[in-house]
Amino acid sequence: MNLDNLTQNNGEWLRGTGPEADIVISSRIRLARNLSTFPFTNRASAHQKAEVEQLMRDKFAKLDASPKLDYIQVPTLSALDRQFLVERQLISRELANAEGPRGVALVPSETVSVMVNEEDHLRLQVMRSGFALDEAWQDIDRLDDLLEQKINYAFSEEFGYLTACPTNVGTGMRASVMLHLPALVLTKQIEKVFRALQKINLAVRGLYGEGSRASGDFYQISNQVTLGKSETTILNEIREVIPQIIVYERTARKTLTSESRQALHDRVSRAYGTLCSATMMTSEETMDLLSSVRLGVNLGLLEEITIPAVNELFIHTQPAHLQKIIGSALDGEERNSARARYLRTRLREMGPHLN
Amino acid sequence: MKCQACDNQATVHVTNIVSGQKKVVHLCQECAEKKELIKQQELNLSAILQTVIGQHIGQLTDELSRLTCPVCGIKYMEFKAEGRLGCPQDYEVFQSALEPLLMRIHRSQRHIGKSPRYSAQHKVVQAELMELRRQLRVAVENEGYEEAAQLRDLIRRKEASG
Repeated sequence: MNLDNLTQNNGEWLRGTGPEADIVISSRIRLARNLSTFPFTNRASAHQKAEVEQLMRDKFAKLDASPKLDYIQVPTLSALDRQFLVERQLISRELANAEGPRGVALVPSETVSVMVNEEDHLRLQVMRSGFALDEAWQDIDRLDDLLEQKINYAFSEEFGYLTACPTNVGTGMRASVMLHLPALVLTKQIEKVFRALQKINLAVRGLYGEGSRASGDFYQISNQVTLGKSETTILNEIREVIPQIIVYERTARKTLTSESRQALHDRVSRAYGTLCSATMMTSEETMDLLSSVRLGVNLGLLEEITIPAVNELFIHTQPAHLQKIIGSALDGEERNSARARYLRTRLREMGPHLN
Repeated sequence: MKCQACDNQATVHVTNIVSGQKKVVHLCQECAEKKELIKQQELNLSAILQTVIGQHIGQLTDELSRLTCPVCGIKYMEFKAEGRLGCPQDYEVFQSALEPLLMRIHRSQRHIGKSPRYSAQHKVVQAELMELRRQLRVAVENEGYEEAAQLRDLIRRKEASG
């Protein structure tokens, strides 16, 4: 697979379509699986890791999946390409920065990826645009069955799928929904939502997962418990809570447009203006400004700019994406200048659309 | 309770004892971060996990510190330090220590949900294969290539029949 082709499109999670796509960015399910006869990755020797990697590479080649999964050996990738895959959420930061034999199998549409030799031998992932947990579960369940016909998973009747970390044991499933919640942030109600979610054992994380702060007002809601609840129960719990958060966000948007329309309009216009004219732009500031623009588009304050276009700017201005688009490696300062230039050009192409 | 610096709800409570005088400060997350009373909140899962593991091993320490998995060689104390198990068999070897831990993390200690639909290799065979792989590694390390070749063939045969 030629990674450069991937820069041409948005990838699944920023496609900007699917149910409730103005607020729900994407739905994602991950399954942790291990081979029964190898030590877990952290305890495996270099030789054993190589063996697991070789074994999985062979299995993927013979796997009767449609579409077929392409296998990439991560150590053969440059640091830039590894970072690129992290930004597209196809591999984890841990896998990108780890050492030794490891890889990722993925389909060209980027909806499916399987990491090899991450914390667990296998981390299956299915991603869908919008609020689509059921579809994601059907896909990953099927892939899991296919793989299971070829390899022996570490499984026990008592503890379910056995994982390196006891926090993942049982179903090994982590289901998450990524939401864009700018109005709840602006109206300072987001903390309240977090507290409510924590009470029902759901975790809230930023865009790039564990430990990442919520830049661009993107939040991932996911299950914490993996043992003692079936996949269906876990998915139902998330599925029930998401519509409530959507209602809160919509209410907050309505309040903003009715009670502080001027201030909101000003905020959106300033964000747009800065993006159109700044000459240096960090990735963090870009995320924050694009978040306001995205809100403005959804509320009809900015015309002709589409949500998929804004989504594309979010991903294209990430460090590795930017460098791949520009076609050369750039240090921090150069990158900020290139990012500002890229944003100016792209927004100008879309034309002036302030309402 | 409200934060002493702003109107948000106070979630950080710090008690300082300065020359015998007790002083209590109530702040919200944000103000506490500003005052550098606490670190920016990052979800450090392994630190949390280690705290939880630590709380559960108290009275078992003596017995547990001697416990080693015969298959992968990890000691319970190593798991406690790193937060990661060494191999699938550890769930059985450390079962008595893991169950309260699992209860704490998941409020459950029994799996409900999907199980492999096709042939799951028998546990005994799994453990046997794991042991053979360990012997193979030792043989390779000691440059006992003839023995290694035999072990490799045995592993392949067992895998094919399992």
